[in-house]
Amino acid sequence: MKSDFPIFKQKHQGKPLIYLDSAVSAQKPQQVLSSMMQFYQEDYANIHRGIYELSQRASARYEAARSAVQRFIHAKDAAEIVFVRGTTEAINLVAHAYGRTELKAGDEIIITTMEHHSNIVPWYLLQQQIGITIKEIPVNDDGSLDLNIYSQLITERTRLVALCHVSNTMGTINPIKEIIAHAHTQNIPVLIDGAQAVSHFAVDVQALDCDFYAFSGHKLYGPSGIGILYGKKKYLDKMQPYQGGGSMIETVAINHVTFAKTPQKFEAGTPNIAGAIGLKAAIDYVTNIGMNKIFEHEQRLLTYAEDKLQQIEGLRIIGNAKPKVGVISFVIDGLHPHDIGTVLDHQGIAVRAGHHCTMPLMKRFVVPATVRVSFGIYSEEKDIDALICGIHEAKRLLS
Amino acid sequence: MSLRDLYQEIIIDHGKTPRNYGHLVDASHSQRGHNPLCGDQLILSVKINNDVIEDLRFSGSGCAISLASASLMTEAMKGKTILQMQTLFEQFHHLVTTGDKQSEQDDIGKLAVFSGVAEFPIRVKCATLAWHTLKSACLRDTHGHQQPVSTE
Repeated sequence: MKSDFPIFKQKHQGKPLIYLDSAVSAQKPQQVLSSMMQFYQEDYANIHRGIYELSQRASARYEAARSAVQRFIHAKDAAEIVFVRGTTEAINLVAHAYGRTELKAGDEIIITTMEHHSNIVPWYLLQQQIGITIKEIPVNDDGSLDLNIYSQLITERTRLVALCHVSNTMGTINPIKEIIAHAHTQNIPVLIDGAQAVSHFAVDVQALDCDFYAFSGHKLYGPSGIGILYGKKKYLDKMQPYQGGGSMIETVAINHVTFAKTPQKFEAGTPNIAGAIGLKAAIDYVTNIGMNKIFEHEQRLLTYAEDKLQQIEGLRIIGNAKPKVGVISFVIDGLHPHDIGTVLDHQGIAVRAGHHCTMPLMKRFVVPATVRVSFGIYSEEKDIDALICGIHEAKRLLS
Repeated sequence: MSLRDLYQEIIIDHGKTPRNYGHLVDASHSQRGHNPLCGDQLILSVKINNDVIEDLRFSGSGCAISLASASLMTEAMKGKTILQMQTLFEQFHHLVTTGDKQSEQDDIGKLAVFSGVAEFPIRVKCATLAWHTLKSACLRDTHGHQQPVSTE
């Protein structure tokens, strides 16, 4: 599998690159890179504008990418797929276009303590602007959500539940189907941050019955700067535009504008066309391998890695709740994550050390930071063996 | 460059058992420092008398580099005038950003162990957090917790 990814041809600190940071961004296979290059070389023009053949070809490829996303997450309609820059923009779009029109002072939204800052700050901004209340579902000691509290948090003022499908810090797969079903008994819509989910297992938005689902291309082996907001059409149609500009209008007079239909209404300006093409190539790539096969591969690595890590004296894994994806956060007594990260980097092993944009979760577990390792389809057992050696070296050097 | 050049014994020692750790009850100045990149936080309390840093202590959490830097800084700064503090700040900043130990006349002394940091640009902020915090604390007239110093 590594042979599909040109980046692994290089040496890192004189050693083969061991990349254990796929949760922050995955590496790109040649197929994705080639598709974008080919598009720029042969089919490039702006979309939905030119009457010339080249522009029509570019438009068709852009819309084919939308359809590929629709099939990938099993949406009912391609019009429910909005191209955005990434998960962050998708959530901001909902906070802006749904939140500002549907929420009033005193209304409540429910998030969780394990959210990435991108699913906290947009709601915090709304809280500052219109006076909504943000409630959080707490996290248990094992890294799972406390669902007993969840049901108690819902009131007649709850207007939205927004949470991650998978924790970016601990890898916990949340039981979102149950969480969604429970919210729906009170007619509360649910937004799912799927940034850490779509690259690890198959997602079916209709089976989940979520109302919004957001994810990024770059964590799915696609390019950065492209992402998806899925929304049920009944919500997207009701929502106000997010940004104004070209492409999102029907007619414009100085004092009167009518808007294009969903999803164009949310895609002002020239979009990331090549990004959408690259995302389609990434979807084709993982689909050809098979999402179930990817999940099984990463589960094997997860078990292998957890077994080996737990044998290291003084090492504590943060987040043991199952099921989880191939993401492991840990701390080691007496060693700061940044020092461990530097020692590992010196051995050509890329891991993440820090708060992972989940400061409330760090506070919950009373740690300033953790070391996080995360796997992708190119990860192998020998990467984990190198990690274990590297951790022993860090302990030797720093103690 | 070997990692041992970064993590020299003296850095490991001061990282594990920092000197002047704690809080000064009779501090004239105090300041909070924060590195948003990694979440490291420290609180520095300083007793300044007649333009001289008579005593200083720090507390907080951080990596080996930031704790050792804070610890060795407190040792180096005791008894220095504000002007000497600023000179040493500049010399230390030069050291960790260039790796250049400069001339023998410098007051850098033991602090030269931080020259290896220059090879790890991402860690420069760890090494300078305490220093920025001290500079900010000393250059304020009044006592009290103001906005924390940030490395960003």
